[in-house]
Amino acid sequence: MPKSRWTVRLALGLALGAGFGLVGGAGQSAALVEAVQEDLGVIGTLQYTDATGAKVFIEGVELSIDDVGGDTTDKDGNFRIPVSSPGEYSITLNTATLPDGVTLKDPSRANLVVKVSENADQRIIFPLVTGDTVAATSESKFSVRRVSQLTLEGLKLGLYLAMASIGLSLIFGTTGLVNFAHAELITWGTLMAYFFNIYGLVGTFGFLAGWPAPFGAGVNFIIATALAAVMGGVLGYGLNRVVFRPSRNAGVSLLAQMVMTIGLAIFLRYVFVYFFGSRYRVYKDYAAQRANSFLGMELTSRDATAMVVSIIILIAVGIGLGRTRTGRAMRAVSDNRDLAESSGINVERVIAQVWIFGGALAALSGTFFGFDTVKWDIGARILLLIFAAVTLGGLGTSYGALVGALMVGIAINWSTLIIDTELKNMTALVMLILALLLRPQGILGQKQRIG
Amino acid sequence: MDWGFIFERSFSAMIGPEVVVYALAAVGLNVHFGYTGLMNFGQVGFMAAGAYGVGVSVFWLGWNFWVGIIFAFVYAGVLALLLGLPTLRLRADYLALVTIAASETIRLLARSRVMRPITGGVEGVNQFAGPFYDLSPFELGEFYSFGPFKYLGRDVWVLMVGWTLLILITLMVRQLMRSPWGRTLRAIREDEDAARALGKNSYFYKMQSLMLGGMIGAVAGVIQVIQKASVQADTFNPVITFTIWTILIIGGPGRVWSPIIGSSIYWTLIVFIENTLRQLPPDLRSTLEDTVQLSDFNIAMLRFILVGLGLMLLARFRPQGIFGSREEMALDSR
Repeated sequence: MPKSRWTVRLALGLALGAGFGLVGGAGQSAALVEAVQEDLGVIGTLQYTDATGAKVFIEGVELSIDDVGGDTTDKDGNFRIPVSSPGEYSITLNTATLPDGVTLKDPSRANLVVKVSENADQRIIFPLVTGDTVAATSESKFSVRRVSQLTLEGLKLGLYLAMASIGLSLIFGTTGLVNFAHAELITWGTLMAYFFNIYGLVGTFGFLAGWPAPFGAGVNFIIATALAAVMGGVLGYGLNRVVFRPSRNAGVSLLAQMVMTIGLAIFLRYVFVYFFGSRYRVYKDYAAQRANSFLGMELTSRDATAMVVSIIILIAVGIGLGRTRTGRAMRAVSDNRDLAESSGINVERVIAQVWIFGGALAALSGTFFGFDTVKWDIGARILLLIFAAVTLGGLGTSYGALVGALMVGIAINWSTLIIDTELKNMTALVMLILALLLRPQGILGQKQRIG
Repeated sequence: MDWGFIFERSFSAMIGPEVVVYALAAVGLNVHFGYTGLMNFGQVGFMAAGAYGVGVSVFWLGWNFWVGIIFAFVYAGVLALLLGLPTLRLRADYLALVTIAASETIRLLARSRVMRPITGGVEGVNQFAGPFYDLSPFELGEFYSFGPFKYLGRDVWVLMVGWTLLILITLMVRQLMRSPWGRTLRAIREDEDAARALGKNSYFYKMQSLMLGGMIGAVAGVIQVIQKASVQADTFNPVITFTIWTILIIGGPGRVWSPIIGSSIYWTLIVFIENTLRQLPPDLRSTLEDTVQLSDFNIAMLRFILVGLGLMLLARFRPQGIFGSREEMALDSR
């Protein structure tokens, strides 16, 4: 049976979310995924959306896997059927135990095949509908509740994107290089957080897995996030030191360096899939949570915490760039490299700092992007959004990425009012092209940058 | 290990259908990048435009197959126009941003649920290339051998048409690049300001180059889907674009025959490596699988790791390509 990790969550809530009402409900959120190698299972939450748009969790539904066992959903709609080894299982939902008026969205799919992988419980979804759902969808598309929910989601996306984009913009500013491998820095963060969360510091080497945390067995997700950010900085530093600094010194043209970043991106992306596999996975902690309601908007305490952390970090970045010596040096190099150099700034040192700092921020955003699923190409999937964000804000400007990212995040979510959700990322392309047509230097950019 | 099998496969790959498709796409990219200096990071988008141009016009509009092919070129040209309009006045990296974003958007749009009635969604479009194979003088299902090469009859037909087109288009590009028009493109590549100072409207020239290269990319897409007899959105992944870049840089950008040479070298190498790894003795293979996770899936992924590594190393150490000359070098000029 799943164990509640609410103590951890409460500590997290107290530490980071004080005064943020949403986190208050952290203690009672749904139980977490327990993912230990020896303890696998098929999990899920049965729920449907009622006429008012609220989620209802169903208790007392029977599910079973032949020859393995079964479970009945608890009052939060959760079930978990433990299995002994990874492999494919056929899970059946006993439709007779569903409450009156609730049916499977696709009645032929009461029996699903689920593939359980090594490291995590496998979540499975039985989409349920009720006769009342028709009424729910007839609610105006543009209702205040829906728009505010979308704005909140957009803000969330925008905050994560802002963290992801700052590095790209600063690297461009200081070196003139558009780093197409930036998405892989994001993926790196996601994968590192997953790795530390599941295996601990060294647990990936089988014979060390038995060591106590933090070495084997996986560390808490919050520590894993911090470690992932550090690893992001390390990768950023390493890439600059091993690949790009020698290229700059050897006088490789910027366009050739741009092609190099593309090669690097593809190399890293497929190294990731080589070792990580193409399977989707989930973190051990905070994989699934029930949303809390807040002024009619829904947000899980996990996302709320991540948003607060993002805001704190972005404010810190803003202050850091504006007030600290290092930050001012970064902006100085961005504005005019030669002038900065002749006024005594060590430009190579600043560039190294920008890579470290951008890599760490990108990795951190990657850990947040990976909340729903951890994928080997998670960064490449949002590359378009990041490009749109930095171009809209002004490629190379320090604060532009932030402004652009928030605009892109919100615009994308708002666009789902009109277009299909599946196509929402296209909005970013439209914004990118409009920005180039109307104001190619970006909102915060200066005209001469485009030259 | 069956070396005979490995060499048979590698030889057949040397002039196989993939070589034709990727060489054609690289000829298009050569017009963009090699001759004009345009950083097109979305060549696969033009291939997709060609592929869907045919597939959709036959599948959804119910047009004649041959009309569909003409439509595919028009469509690719219009796409190039739309992508060029906002970007060609700006610095080179903006075109790169927009083209990579657009090519990925085309793929996502084509595989989306909304477009399913038109593009067939994830399943794509099948069985539209019948009129092409009806003209085949070869038995479609039979194997034909020519010296070390061995192909199915349908592939022999595709190869005949494909190589004819490839050589004709390459010759056409060569003549164009020797014309005043082509010299203007190269002048723009070398020094756009100087070309403008001489009264050349560089924006129009770059636009024409983008459209021409895009349409050649569409030919590649058309041949690819005819050979596969299906249009699948996910085959038009951005990594294809960069495989084409690698091919172009292997051969040397800005040289007439480099796309064909690069494509042939690339595919021979890849097929040789993959087949050798697959044919390793079982005990060695299982050792490799335990130590470096060399599964069948990962052997397929190895190709892209090599593409990435190769592209990075070529751009760094040999941007003029293995056979290229420094004089025809777009990567150096700015």
